[in-house]
Amino acid sequence: MLKSETTLFRKLTGAKLFWPLLALALLLLFNLVFTKGFFHVEIRGGHLYGSLVDVLNRAAPLMLISIGLTLVIATSGIDISVGAVVAISGALVATLIGGTLVLKDGVQTYVTLVPMSVAIVAAILVSGLAGLWNGLLVSRVGMQPIVATLILIVAGRGVAQLITSGQIITIYYKPYFFVGNGFLLGIPFSLYIVLAVLLFTLLVTRRTALGLFIESIGINPRASRMTGINAKNLLLLVYTFCAMCAGIAGLIVCSNVKSADGNNAGLFFELDAILAVVLGGTPMTGGKFYLVGSIVGALIIQTLTTTIYSIGVPPEITLVVKAVVVFLVMMFQSETFRKAVFGRSGKQVA
Amino acid sequence: MESEALPILEMKGISIEFPGVKALQRVDFRMFPGEVHALMGQNGAGKSTLIKALTGVNPLDAGTITLMGQGIVPGSPLEAQQLGISTVYQEVNLCPNLTVAENIYIGRQPMRFGRIDWKKLNGDAKAALAKLNIDIDVTQPLATYSVAIQQMVAIARALDVSAKVLILDEPTSSLDENEVALLFAVLRRLRAEGLAILFVTHFLDQTYQLSDRITVLRNGELVGEFKVAELPKLALIEKMIGKEVDLNTGQKVAAAGAGAAGPACFEADDVARKGAMLPFGLKIRAGEILGLAGLLGSGRTETARLLFGADKADQGVMKINGSKVSLNSPRIAIRHGIGFCPEDRKTDGIIGELTVRENIILALQANRGAFRRLSGKRQEEIADRYIRMLDIKTSGPEQAAGKLSGGNQQKVILARWLATDPRFLILDEPTRGIDVGAKAEIMDLVQSLAKDGMALLFISSELEEVVRCCSRVAVLRDRVKIAELDGAAVDEHTILQTIAKG
Repeated sequence: MLKSETTLFRKLTGAKLFWPLLALALLLLFNLVFTKGFFHVEIRGGHLYGSLVDVLNRAAPLMLISIGLTLVIATSGIDISVGAVVAISGALVATLIGGTLVLKDGVQTYVTLVPMSVAIVAAILVSGLAGLWNGLLVSRVGMQPIVATLILIVAGRGVAQLITSGQIITIYYKPYFFVGNGFLLGIPFSLYIVLAVLLFTLLVTRRTALGLFIESIGINPRASRMTGINAKNLLLLVYTFCAMCAGIAGLIVCSNVKSADGNNAGLFFELDAILAVVLGGTPMTGGKFYLVGSIVGALIIQTLTTTIYSIGVPPEITLVVKAVVVFLVMMFQSETFRKAVFGRSGKQVA
Repeated sequence: MESEALPILEMKGISIEFPGVKALQRVDFRMFPGEVHALMGQNGAGKSTLIKALTGVNPLDAGTITLMGQGIVPGSPLEAQQLGISTVYQEVNLCPNLTVAENIYIGRQPMRFGRIDWKKLNGDAKAALAKLNIDIDVTQPLATYSVAIQQMVAIARALDVSAKVLILDEPTSSLDENEVALLFAVLRRLRAEGLAILFVTHFLDQTYQLSDRITVLRNGELVGEFKVAELPKLALIEKMIGKEVDLNTGQKVAAAGAGAAGPACFEADDVARKGAMLPFGLKIRAGEILGLAGLLGSGRTETARLLFGADKADQGVMKINGSKVSLNSPRIAIRHGIGFCPEDRKTDGIIGELTVRENIILALQANRGAFRRLSGKRQEEIADRYIRMLDIKTSGPEQAAGKLSGGNQQKVILARWLATDPRFLILDEPTRGIDVGAKAEIMDLVQSLAKDGMALLFISSELEEVVRCCSRVAVLRDRVKIAELDGAAVDEHTILQTIAKG
């Protein structure tokens, strides 16, 4: 009896998702005690309202980027240009939709330069192009991923400025607001986007052999080449996909704030996204990856951010508090650390 | 007199468990000063685990270690080294991009005025290598030297510490005969100086050349400790594999048959690559095993890599079943039905964190393409079949392949290629670092594959194996194919003569 419980416990703590989920649960528990009304959800105008819904909605761009970045990190690469791609995507969609307020007889009419669907598709495709560029540098030129994507960090914001002619474009076209602020069946529309991208990615990586190949080249690229895996094209695909995820995130961000700011949209997103992926259990050295883990990681970060604001931590030290929590979660995820703290008791029992 | 001396090192009742595997069970082991002690056993017998226990890599689940009468609990290789237990591992563990001298003194550089004393460092390194009779430029990066030299550097590094116990895990697996002789001369001198040397090798002859005492392990248990003089070779093999052996098994299976007629399955004509191989030609028929013999550095591996497209040939023509193919990458070679078990399984073969199942199906899946995924059930079937067929010792198909012993990893890679059902399979040192029992198994397998119509290229530095397996042998020297022997000419003596004479 005792033995089976112990093995169940070990199985549980050994599972990759256990620690990020525990961290998330503890954060929520903290809020249950210290943040008034955190769990209060009400239906207002047919929509769900409340802190929890807000956390989910705000985490959407981060979750999307984390999905793409998970695959890049699994190949033992990194893409630090995702924030810049968010800016490019936002700038493009805003420019194509157009930033002028059109009044007819004193009433706003909704017009766009090009149809909204075309603008959205174009933004995602151009984001993909940016990723293709990253992928070419990494796989064909043989550049180190951090250097290759550093180029786009610098250039990307410039490109975004170029698209908007250095202006912050405000969108007045109301239908577009739905992407980031709309509700469908009472739930924020952005969550449907996240779910769709997550399911698509899970399907494509696990129902085909792409996931296995990605892990394989992340663990041992030389040996993978010897088995006939086409690492070059795979890298191209993964970097392109990652940038497209960032592009979709850019659409949501742009819709959220109803404007495109080439300088500040998606600023430092790459850091949060890397953090989310690592919190989710995918190692920076590449190999086995955990998409759902990354989603949980993104939720941890967003919950943490919201918590810090709602319990009234002085803004000057919010980053420090965030860092401490992230540090603790990371430490507990490390088997070496757990062993050092709790000893090897688990092993002796088994 | 030796038997009266007190052991310098004693390990008693050592037990180590890994999840699902009892790696060592109550093993006793001792070493005497001024003796070479050979540790023998098949793959997975627990040799590496015992060494790792001694060097603090694996913590003990039970047992004690006593060094010079003092109980010790080495917690890391560094601690073990400070206690006087130095190790040279099977796979060279150095930094290829640092210089030879830096590799020897990394972590204990001579300092002067708070900075590294480069002059002394390089001078000392040169002296340390001179002890091994090696004279090279120690300021060059390690990677510019052959594996054999790198091995010597690793030994020099271990020797330089004031070691009481020196552990050599497969030190000779990549050395040619002259280098082995050189190494043994050094080891004998060190033995005379009173060093206790633990020697792990799969070469039986070398065990008998050098050792004073032999400890045999089997399946993680101690079989016994013997004086070399009291343990004839045959008895040793029996103790290692736990059954009586007929030395004639795996004898050349009617080499004459060997599809002597018939068209070539694989053909290379005038193929060459700068810095790797001068122009050479090879012809291998279906059902034939062609041997590739030559000393270290003669171009064996280079040839194999060219035929597999791992390195691109500068010139020449390759044909499969008579039609010309351009093998520009392994992927193309695999598509044409070629398989390649590489020599260096750690860097070119095994994908450590993937499971045994994933490692086995990987090449087959890559050849099918990502979108024609083998179903989970099909993957399990394939994995189970080869685990059984090759007798891979694993706790299951979902075990991480990197956790297996070297020989079992080799079998996993072999399984990976067999799963692709190749018509031409290149085996580069398939028996390297593998024990006697598994060696015989693999050679039997090679022969049965040929009988079923596969064409094989068999590369081994052990001539005995080449002779036993192959009906025809191409002999290489200094990156030139110098001869092709067949029929009665295929014997060790003739091959060696050919290499010597050219």
